[in-house]
Amino acid sequence: MKYLKSFGSFWYDFIIGDDWKIAVAVVLALSFTVVLLTTTSLDDHVVAVLGGAAVVIAFAISLAIDVRGNRQ
Amino acid sequence: MSAELWGLVLATFVACVVEMVEATTIVMAMGFTRGWRSTLAGVGAAIGVLALVTALAGYALTTWLPASALQLIIGTLLLIFGLQWLRKAILRSSHRKAIHDEDAIYRDEVEAARAAESTSGQWDMFAFIVSFKGVLLEGMEVVFIVLTFGLNAHNIPAASAAAAAAIVVVLIVAIAVRRPLSMINENLLKYGVALLLSSFGTFWAVEGLGIFRAGGGSIEWPGGDLAILVLIAVWFILSRAYVIVLRERAPRPQPATTVKG
Repeated sequence: MKYLKSFGSFWYDFIIGDDWKIAVAVVLALSFTVVLLTTTSLDDHVVAVLGGAAVVIAFAISLAIDVRGNRQ
Repeated sequence: MSAELWGLVLATFVACVVEMVEATTIVMAMGFTRGWRSTLAGVGAAIGVLALVTALAGYALTTWLPASALQLIIGTLLLIFGLQWLRKAILRSSHRKAIHDEDAIYRDEVEAARAAESTSGQWDMFAFIVSFKGVLLEGMEVVFIVLTFGLNAHNIPAASAAAAAAIVVVLIVAIAVRRPLSMINENLLKYGVALLLSSFGTFWAVEGLGIFRAGGGSIEWPGGDLAILVLIAVWFILSRAYVIVLRERAPRPQPATTVKG
């Protein structure tokens, strides 16, 4: 049980790390791209660019929230 | 070599250098304070476990997952991992997070090694466990990078060779200087690796989303692999913009401490 807990804790630290908002931002951005892909008839190139932009914007917002929350 | 292969070799090499520098600090502290026999046994055991994990995980992932699922899962993990490093790099560059200081970590490790109970026999369990854990934990990140880059670029041998080259380079420097490798600008290297991981992660994760459409084929980026260079530029510009804005608003520089990661 102890080893299982350590294993889980290692992967939590590895994937979620210091800021869980980053993982959430990535999942939201990719989910948005899946919606674009499956509900519109946009060209591959457009979906790729919009998906990439969504990831960049989601990270920027998560970092802005993080910095605001830790203002000294 | 293609842009993808260059990125693969460069990112794996630099990431491995960063992690090896951190592991070397722990190993040197144990070796010089408690003795080399058990310390090196711990290093060897950790390298053995890491090699086994790489072989098993590599086999399992390539055997059981279709190409676009592999791109999506690995790209997403790489992206989250890379963005965590990028966040830390931005916060460190803007003086909102303490700089990673190998000298301070070395002093802490030496103190802990001296405080631990001494052993009368030749076998020192403390030195073995500490060096094993240190190399295993830092090495896991290298294994992750080797596997993600290697699998997605269909070139695990190139990724493994880059990682092995980094290990050799760090070992040679460590043996030559016989002290923590604090002269290596680890924070700058980590920033560079973060840009590469985030860019490749974005590229592969979006490509892999094609699994959700009929046929399941990967999504194609405009310009193919060249889109990775554009993504590197975008992440660089965003991170520099954040650093400039946050520096202006930063209260005061934080002193270097023994912060890990």
